[in-house]
Amino acid sequence: MSSMSHKHLTQQEFDEAARISLDALNSCQPLSLKDRLSIPVQEMPSQDPIIRRENTKEVALGYTENQAKVEALRCLQCKNAPCINGCPVRIDIPRFIKEIADGDFQKAIEVIKENSLLSAVCGRVCPQEVQCQLYCTVGKSLKNVLKSVSIGRLERFVADREREEGNIKAPQGKPDTSKRVAVVGSGPASIVVAADVRREGHSVTLFEAFHKTGGVMTYGIPEFRLPKSIVKSEIDTLKAMGVEIKTNFVVGKTRKLTDLIEKDGYEAVFIGTGAGLPKFMNIEGENLVGVYSANEFLTRANLMRAYDRGMAATPIAMSKKVAVVGGGNVAMDSARTAVRLGAEEVYIIYRRTENEMPARVEEIAHAKEEGVIFHTLVNPKRILGKLQAEAIECLRYELGEPDDSGRRRPVEIPGSEFVMNVDTVIIAIGNESNPLISQTTPGLKCNKWGNIIVDENCKTSMDKVYAGGDIVLGAATVILAMGQGRIAARSINKLLA
Amino acid sequence: MNAILNKKQLSQNVYLMELYAPIISGECRAGQFIILSLNNEFAERIPLTIADSNPEKGTITIIFQVVGKTTLELSNLSEGEKIVNLLGPLGNPTHIEKFGKVLCVAGGIGVAPSYPIAKAMKKAGNELKVIIGARSKELIIYESEMRELSDELIVCTDDGSCGRKAIVTEPLKELCISWKPDIVVAIGPAIMMKFCAETTRPFGITTLVSLNTIMIDGTGMCGGCRVTVGNETKFVCVDGPEFDGHKVDFDNMMARLGAYKDLESQAYHKCKLDSSLKK
Ligand SMILES: Cc1cc2nc3c(=O)[nH]c(=O)nc-3n(C[C@H](O)[C@H](O)[C@H](O)COP(=O)(O)OP(=O)(O)OC[C@H]3O[C@@H](n4cnc5c(N)ncnc54)[C@H](O)[C@@H]3O)c2cc1C
Ligand SMILES: Cc1cc2nc3c(=O)[nH]c(=O)nc-3n(C[C@H](O)[C@H](O)[C@H](O)COP(=O)(O)OP(=O)(O)OC[C@H]3O[C@@H](n4cnc5c(N)ncnc54)[C@H](O)[C@@H]3O)c2cc1C
Ligand code: SF4
Ligand code: SF4
Ligand code: FES
Repeated sequence: MSSMSHKHLTQQEFDEAARISLDALNSCQPLSLKDRLSIPVQEMPSQDPIIRRENTKEVALGYTENQAKVEALRCLQCKNAPCINGCPVRIDIPRFIKEIADGDFQKAIEVIKENSLLSAVCGRVCPQEVQCQLYCTVGKSLKNVLKSVSIGRLERFVADREREEGNIKAPQGKPDTSKRVAVVGSGPASIVVAADVRREGHSVTLFEAFHKTGGVMTYGIPEFRLPKSIVKSEIDTLKAMGVEIKTNFVVGKTRKLTDLIEKDGYEAVFIGTGAGLPKFMNIEGENLVGVYSANEFLTRANLMRAYDRGMAATPIAMSKKVAVVGGGNVAMDSARTAVRLGAEEVYIIYRRTENEMPARVEEIAHAKEEGVIFHTLVNPKRILGKLQAEAIECLRYELGEPDDSGRRRPVEIPGSEFVMNVDTVIIAIGNESNPLISQTTPGLKCNKWGNIIVDENCKTSMDKVYAGGDIVLGAATVILAMGQGRIAARSINKLLA
Repeated sequence: MNAILNKKQLSQNVYLMELYAPIISGECRAGQFIILSLNNEFAERIPLTIADSNPEKGTITIIFQVVGKTTLELSNLSEGEKIVNLLGPLGNPTHIEKFGKVLCVAGGIGVAPSYPIAKAMKKAGNELKVIIGARSKELIIYESEMRELSDELIVCTDDGSCGRKAIVTEPLKELCISWKPDIVVAIGPAIMMKFCAETTRPFGITTLVSLNTIMIDGTGMCGGCRVTVGNETKFVCVDGPEFDGHKVDFDNMMARLGAYKDLESQAYHKCKLDSSLKK
């Protein structure tokens, strides 16, 4: 641990400090711009790293009421609200934050719901520092994006509040039209489409390949970052709205997409099947026992509950030393899951530096707090072992000239090979799109990476067929998937109007 | 949906079940499989071949051998009970055409997946011979069904308790010499498929094998089912399950199959103990 590390404060301690600041701030109303800018960021209370290594409970505990109110006072209520432009679904950020400052949490969530259905999810997993919070005037004035107003944490606070108080009401829909829409997949894109189309009175059937709904939110993102009860409550809302859900149904195999339209009478279809084909590196030793794709590792742990070794029938390796290859959220989730499964040492291997890591800043920090060891400017050359992985041979890299994307390209240093002993290797270098539907649906146009091509209304090359989310964008984010779901739903509703 | 309409014990450890699954029954072709699990929270997902189907009745037939926790629990279900999760049909159908002379080699439980393929090959106008191999007489299944279908059926057992005392590669080699099949379809334990492929290799006879790797999703998402085929990585659930036996790296596949042996045998013994205590 670094010498900078400070004492881990409990939620109560944060709350007490916030209560004192709140009293002080309330006594000097109205607050000047300078007053607001000098309020420190409210930190997110979290489980003590030493304790949370041993459990799968959520790490970030959420703001207390006092903290939320103090954080809300940091917002300058900018007239032009640049933050809104950074949010893919255009939540009216200053307006909901104002309601929090005024203590009307119910109104705050209603403002968010005008634009977003999954606020408890997005408040937790949005990469805010590159979206809404990147544009925040407060962060800009203080010259540090990490000092922007904590929009995501505030969003989470009001969403959790509503759920905990049991206030969630299924949105009222229009009278039934008897028109039928099929939604394929049950990730965030599909959830939004199902809700928006159902609200127009059309009947909606959601088809999911797995036995559980929620897509990556269920099988990928771990419990300690996104509790499954939250995802479940979103799905329960859909059910309460009258959406029919069919699990264990692979469109393209159980039934062809064209049959859904031609034989089963669906008048429109939305494809939200995600990016579900793991990439490997094509290096020697990649198929040895003990080498996993992140998808497999996380699915075993999350969906099949393998972390519950006493209960789960699906086994997972009893790893001691684990190397995770990659620098995104998926890599962090894999590494932190391995920690919780009892691994003694877990390494992240990434070929650029920490600055280029696509993972959220908070997740990198959490991984470090939990003892994950970072090897940057390093890339695997091959995995060694006879049948079982025993070690990984890596090369060191340095940053060279910028490439097309403007990021400095990593260049290998010849002769810099070194070997680390590991028994498990997790490859988390991204996903390609799953070809199950495109292969069995002639006429559906895809690009060279297999992503479905859509126009600005999320319509595909086929009549009545729309698509959105990772299957269109490549591996993206929950909120971008939702944003596309919104657009597709609008198009479908127009088609059926 | 998913109700067990009919259950039969075929041999000491092998069971047949006919399941009500109208959609799968209507869509499936020879060579495809299903994935099932027995509860929503903690159960494992296991792949099983669709051994037969009857679209009029809306049923599919599975034949499975009790080898571990899930297959043991499955065997404890009775007629009328339901399989909680049933997904399919998965994988690519076998490529069926008139090759001329087709030789099916089926080892142990491999007779189950071989049956629909043999049936479809026969229907396509092929001459068909079948070799069934098992450790002993009690373990032979589907003998009469296969006999009815094939122009010649050769049975062999390791201990000689039924048919020839031999392992399947012996009659396979003889037929490669005397009958010269156009294609061999070998399905059974990995080690058997490996040696069948070695037997046919010198004769240059195309040999299809159906791989039974460990699977989770069965839709190409996890990569857990991957095998090395001709130096390329392939996913059995979406690229297979059938591959050119001469190109498969069986040693790697067998190692991957055994990855959880210790953990699984613990679960099996605990489960067996639990179910015998219940009785
Ligand atoms: C480990 C991990 C961590 C992540 N962390 C973050 C994060 O912190 N923040 C963030 O914003 N994003 C994160 N993401 C990305 C985010 O989860 C995805 O961008 C988002 O879930 C995409 O949504 P989607 O609706 O397109 O599809 P998905 O969520 O991928 O869901 C697709 C669903 O369709 C089903 N399906 C597929 N094919 C078929 C078929 N043929 N028939 C029926 N059903 C089918 C699948 O089983 C799946 O349930 C993460 C992703 C992973 C894997
Ligand atoms: C495409 C496909 C089709 C299959 N068709 C059939 C079939 O028709 N009938 C049938 O009886 N079996 C079939 N299998 C094998 C079947 O899936 C396994 O026997 C089953 O998963 C074992 O589950 P379990 O929980 O009972 O045993 P586990 O506790 O999971 O395993 C017990 C033992 O079996 C081994 N094992 C685990 N998974 C497999 C596997 N997939 N194949 C072989 N050995 C395994 C383990 O190494 C372990 O030693 C098929 C497999 C595949 C991939
Ligand atoms: S949805 Fe995401 S991007 Fe939009 S305001 Fe909320 S946290 Fe920011
Ligand atoms: S940019 Fe920042 S300070 Fe301005 S309204 Fe948005 S959140 Fe508030
Ligand atoms: S079983 Fe997951 S990819 Fe084949």
